[in-house]
Amino acid sequence: MLYWDPKADAVFRKNKEKEDHCTTEMPRPEGGGSIAFLCARFSRRDPDHSFQSPGAQTKREIGTIIRSLGCCPSEGELHDLIAEVEEEEPTGYIRFEKFLPVMTEVLLERRYRPIPEDILHRAFEVLDPAKRGFLSKEELIKYMTEVGERFSQEEMEEMLSAAIDPESNSIHYKDYITMMVVDEN
Amino acid sequence: MGCGTSSSMKDKKSEKALKAALVIQNWYRGHSAQLKTRQRYALTIFQSIEYADEQGQLELSNFFSFMLENYTRLLEEDSELVTHLFDSNIQDKDRQDYWVLIDVPDSYCGPRLQFPLTFTDIDLLIEAFKQQQILHAYYVLEVLFETKKLLQQMPNFTHIKTSPSKEITICGDLHGKLDDLFLIYYKNGLPSVSNPYVFNGDFVDRGKNSMEILMILFVSFLVYPNDLHLNRGNHEDFMMNMRYGFTNEVLHKYKLHGKKILQVLEDIYTWLPIGTIIDNEILVIHGGISESTDLNLLHRIERNKLKSVLMPPIPIDGDHATEKGNKVGTTITARGIRTNGSLSEQLTKHEWEQVIDILWSDPRGKRGCYPNTGRGGGCYFGPDITSKILNKYQLKMLIRSHECKPEGYEICHDGKVITVFSASNYYEEGSNRGAYIRVSSGTPPRFFQYQVTRATCLRPLYQRMNAVESRAIRMLKERMISQKTDLIRVFQLQDSSKSGKLSVGQWAFSMENILGLNLPWRSLSSHLVTTDKDGNIDYMSSFQDIHIQKPVKEVQSTLIETVYRYRSDLQIIFNVIDSNHSGLISMEEFRSIWKLFKSHYRVCVDDSQLDELTERMDLNKDGSIDFNEFLKAFYVVHKFDKLSKSDTKVA
Repeated sequence: MLYWDPKADAVFRKNKEKEDHCTTEMPRPEGGGSIAFLCARFSRRDPDHSFQSPGAQTKREIGTIIRSLGCCPSEGELHDLIAEVEEEEPTGYIRFEKFLPVMTEVLLERRYRPIPEDILHRAFEVLDPAKRGFLSKEELIKYMTEVGERFSQEEMEEMLSAAIDPESNSIHYKDYITMMVVDEN
Repeated sequence: MGCGTSSSMKDKKSEKALKAALVIQNWYRGHSAQLKTRQRYALTIFQSIEYADEQGQLELSNFFSFMLENYTRLLEEDSELVTHLFDSNIQDKDRQDYWVLIDVPDSYCGPRLQFPLTFTDIDLLIEAFKQQQILHAYYVLEVLFETKKLLQQMPNFTHIKTSPSKEITICGDLHGKLDDLFLIYYKNGLPSVSNPYVFNGDFVDRGKNSMEILMILFVSFLVYPNDLHLNRGNHEDFMMNMRYGFTNEVLHKYKLHGKKILQVLEDIYTWLPIGTIIDNEILVIHGGISESTDLNLLHRIERNKLKSVLMPPIPIDGDHATEKGNKVGTTITARGIRTNGSLSEQLTKHEWEQVIDILWSDPRGKRGCYPNTGRGGGCYFGPDITSKILNKYQLKMLIRSHECKPEGYEICHDGKVITVFSASNYYEEGSNRGAYIRVSSGTPPRFFQYQVTRATCLRPLYQRMNAVESRAIRMLKERMISQKTDLIRVFQLQDSSKSGKLSVGQWAFSMENILGLNLPWRSLSSHLVTTDKDGNIDYMSSFQDIHIQKPVKEVQSTLIETVYRYRSDLQIIFNVIDSNHSGLISMEEFRSIWKLFKSHYRVCVDDSQLDELTERMDLNKDGSIDFNEFLKAFYVVHKFDKLSKSDTKVA
């Protein structure tokens, strides 16, 4: 008998929350003391990717690799690309010998070019028709998590942490873009 | 028509919004991937350097073996040194009643433990340590002696049973990071009969609260000996502690009784169990396995005979076959070098190797079993080895630690091997998450990740990445400067036209050749050198904004560089010789050691100015050298630093 039954496990996982983020603050010690309080971000990650289909983790990593090489495929395009390189029988691994020629071609053809800064700026402006120069936190969340190739909760939080101006709770997108682009260089 | 136009306008509007959202999402994912890749690079750098240092540690232990093996020859040549080195310390016996004589003054306002210990003592310690108090040496020693007595009763492997209502929590390396232990106890609950724990080794070294972690863990163990399980890690080893900071921490926090504490710890380490087995299905050990791992043998050996995993058992006579009973072994201990009674006080070589494999091995994707060249000890084991060994003993899974993972845990070998690492921000604030696992029979393991920070909120990802990355690059540059002479030699060999330039390929090859860190040099080149518009590398540009501070201006750079490069090794050697922890060695001893060191490490350097160097630096002027001060004087200056000293740690 296996240590646990993968099929039962799949049902078990389907019914459970996949991610459980929370920020925990540890209480200050009694009598004050010199410790600063600790914050911890917790996330319980069911390893749905790695146990059941080791392929899913590899797919995420391939996406990171391709993007770090300067290409910007959409999620859909990425999916197609991976289908091209993965094994017929999905072992979960992608062989370098298969990946290399495909990736070389992508680079030579200059496919999936990254978005120029001005296009990115215009995209923000489309979502801000009143031309205020900013988006509210709720508006950004709505667009990023409900429309298009939706963000996961973690992606949304990550983007907000850098983009948001804590005083006004809004995203001044022109400044944000400038900051990100400088950082990339 | 009214309706038609407005709905088509609406469609057009939402179509535009859709396109805009797609653009932003696409851009963000590209940007995020770049950040993650930079994090990966940084971690790879940290890890490579860490493992290279571990190799250096092994080299050092070879040096000590070399010294011991040449004992008789040394005796003839340098009897004074040898007498000092091999002075058998008579006060070897564990004076159990020693600690009773220590006085705890009324003015001490730290925690006072009450024996027999109860769970309130665990709380007491936690609260005290949160306020950065230090536990008095009296209580430390009391805890240590009680812990040792209890550990001696434990078998090499503890067998545990879980049930659906009694999950067990498994934690990995803590490495002196007290905040992480606080968080685990806070979030997951204090240990108790219904909340058992396994701590899978490497409690100490690198972080600055190794002592406090040990105290909390040992007290927890004393209160719940059947529910708090401790496994030995490769850092539960006094020789590792000398290089990686724990010895320094103890001597600094306990100026009067530190030496005694270290002595007792040395013994306690050897009594720590090798591993735990859960439900006869999960093997929990610190490092990994090899193709020859023999669990039955490991259950049987006398684990306490393994003093340091870096000191293989060697008979003093080497190849000479003498009567078995009269062979005398020699070992190095925290007290210096001394002769053992007989060989029966050591493990056999085979047994020793079995334990090394358990504590040092790493899993890899490649099939088979290979020597672990990264660390210099244990092996790399592939998925086939895992299957073979797990099947051999009818086990289902291996849970281990030993390697830092960005997410705090990692699963490999088709789900049969899990790595769990519990020290978040191990290399640098933001470098990685920590994790722990909850396990019970019949259900899949549950993973809990965290990242501790003392700020009120996490800094945005890109800022954290910048910090991690710049620290990694800094460490790498310091590595480069410590081998500047060798690097320039190899660069110039390839630069036949003496242009000062090399192709990227040539430069990368040279870097790997000399530094041997197995890093992606081409990707890192933009951080390390300047490239001209033709894509060629100006190889001297790495050395422009960084240099090793010369304690004495007139002394040659190559000598300075050599001392800087070997400063960690030298510090350990000096520590071992300085058995009474005075911090001083005589000029004579220094010269003899340097001579031996040079010959064993095959260091070719003009050291005619060595005397001048030490004399000019020695402020004592009494013929003895404060070696800690001496070695601290060799450090790297980064030209564009705000601080004047880099925070290079010397052991």
